[in-house]
Amino acid sequence: MSKQLQFKLVLLGESAVGKSSLVLRFVKDQFDDYRESTIGAAFLTQTVALDDGTTVKFEIWDTAGQERYKSLAPMYYRNANCAVVVYDITQSASLEKARNWIRELQRQADPSIVIALCGNKSDLAARRQVTQEEAQKYAEEEGLMWAETSAKSGEGVSDIFTAIAKKLPTTAPPASRAGPGRAGTSAGRTGVDLNRQGAGASTEPCNC
Amino acid sequence: MDEEYDVVVLGTGLTECILSGLLSVEGKKVLHMDRNDYYGGDSASLNLTQLYRKFRPDQTPPTELGRDRDYAVDLVPKFIIASGELTKILVHTDVTRYLEFKQIAGSFVYRDGRISKVPSTEMEAVRSPLMGLFEKRRAKKFFEFLQNWKDEDPATHQGINLDTDSMKAVYEKFGLEPGTQDFIGHSMALYLDDDYITKPARPTYDRIVLYTSSMARYGKSPYIYPLYGLGELPQSFARLSAIYGGTYMLDKQIDEIVTDADGKFIGVRSGDETVKAKQVIGDPSYFGAGKDGGKLRVVEEGKVVRAICILKHPIPGTEDTDSVQIIIPQNQVGRRNDIYIAMVSSTHNVCAKDVYVAIVSTIVETERPEQEIAPGLQLLGPIYDKFISVSPLYTPTSDGKSDNIFVTRSYDATSHFETVVEDVQDVWKRVVGSDLVLKKREVEVEA
Repeated sequence: MSKQLQFKLVLLGESAVGKSSLVLRFVKDQFDDYRESTIGAAFLTQTVALDDGTTVKFEIWDTAGQERYKSLAPMYYRNANCAVVVYDITQSASLEKARNWIRELQRQADPSIVIALCGNKSDLAARRQVTQEEAQKYAEEEGLMWAETSAKSGEGVSDIFTAIAKKLPTTAPPASRAGPGRAGTSAGRTGVDLNRQGAGASTEPCNC
Repeated sequence: MDEEYDVVVLGTGLTECILSGLLSVEGKKVLHMDRNDYYGGDSASLNLTQLYRKFRPDQTPPTELGRDRDYAVDLVPKFIIASGELTKILVHTDVTRYLEFKQIAGSFVYRDGRISKVPSTEMEAVRSPLMGLFEKRRAKKFFEFLQNWKDEDPATHQGINLDTDSMKAVYEKFGLEPGTQDFIGHSMALYLDDDYITKPARPTYDRIVLYTSSMARYGKSPYIYPLYGLGELPQSFARLSAIYGGTYMLDKQIDEIVTDADGKFIGVRSGDETVKAKQVIGDPSYFGAGKDGGKLRVVEEGKVVRAICILKHPIPGTEDTDSVQIIIPQNQVGRRNDIYIAMVSSTHNVCAKDVYVAIVSTIVETERPEQEIAPGLQLLGPIYDKFISVSPLYTPTSDGKSDNIFVTRSYDATSHFETVVEDVQDVWKRVVGSDLVLKKREVEVEA
């Protein structure tokens, strides 16, 4: 039987670098030029099938704009198995912000987190301010994965997520990664399930 | 900050975050600010660094306690009662997908110098030392009466009218001893004092039903608790608000509530910037509580003393449970108000392994609040360290309808969040103009 694994993936990066667009391209293969910030999605999921038959399901959390005034909650980083830190290759300041987010992740997140640095908007290479060499060198120093992507054309998008899926531990039991416990389903939860509606919700006979 | 909002919310305590989340879902444009750089206000859970910064700014946490990030120490000792209103809001808003819950493993009550488990099964009830054999029979009849009660069927009423007869009359009808009354009124109906006895029995009936149905839901105790601490609750509702367009600004000093000549709310000033909104909601600390000068919009209704105690062992006599509530009924220690102990541990991801965090609390009755909680502290065994606070309980002076300024209440001494939800419902009705009706969110499209 093929293995199914689930991981929590968080997105980070300055506003307007294309975090949501990247996810929309990956999950729905769509792009919207005038996309406003995400409304109403707790998280999106997408599954990647690896060559060895393993399927990796990403539970992708968007910042919901809470990064804008440095107000991301610790809950966001909690049990994240992987992070995609996005910068805009046409804005050198956005790489600086990405460095800050990576420091924040190294401070707050689980030490085993897999981090990918992602230079988005590669379709706008004519206006490039961040060279590939500079970003790649930084990524190597920090031990991060690195790629350039275009959410608009789709270039590199599925590749980076597949690369992350390959890098995630596939041998450790799911419980030790804790992440799947936070999944939308009750599978893998060790605690109580509040969504379990039943006799208990009504007035049960007293046990005393 | 130059935009105009429907509602500005000040403070990210649970009350404010639930309101913010529900208002955003309703389509209101919400700006939510907090002076602290963390979520949760007075209902936050703090890591060690934050805890020491708050209570002992001149000290750093001892390295012996382990990693800072392993800690989430609650500031208020509350649990979620399983069949209560907060559970309904958590489920209806779907924020349960951000949270994981565990049971609180046991519920104990203090009687005649020792603690005993509040029975959670019939077997435990039979063995329980809390009642003698004959008293157990009388109590059984009393609980059968409550179980079988149907408003529309007078045959089940046994001559009692819950709306006019006092609880005292009900206890007397079943011949229950004072000790049993203490047990029922304080460890099941969760009353903090004895004022309920002379009042109509209906609210007590409702509270016992809430307790027993919560107990029946998961088994060990009527309570559940979110992994990583209570501070996860405000964070999850804040995320709900953000997902529905709410804007979040932490670490933002609030300098002034700006009003017009008639005292009506205009906006909130932070430094040189003023952000305008139609309405403002906030916790008491943003409306003059605890400060001299400025317009006071809250009054103090009493004080709660809380001692956050770090232990290196489970509480003696609790069968080494990883989490527990202990109630010391007021009559047992000659007080007017009960003393509560709430303990959680590493099972709930709130502290390092082999560390236990207990909070002892009560409503202040004297000039020496620390002495008042002594009977609770004595039950804990050796205390590694403790952090004591005395918090005033504030309540707003007006309903906000005339000036569009809506102030929430402080977190009270009750053991669960039902009064927080009552406050949410109350503020909602005044802000929105209609009752809070929980609608199930539409199921998201997943690829």
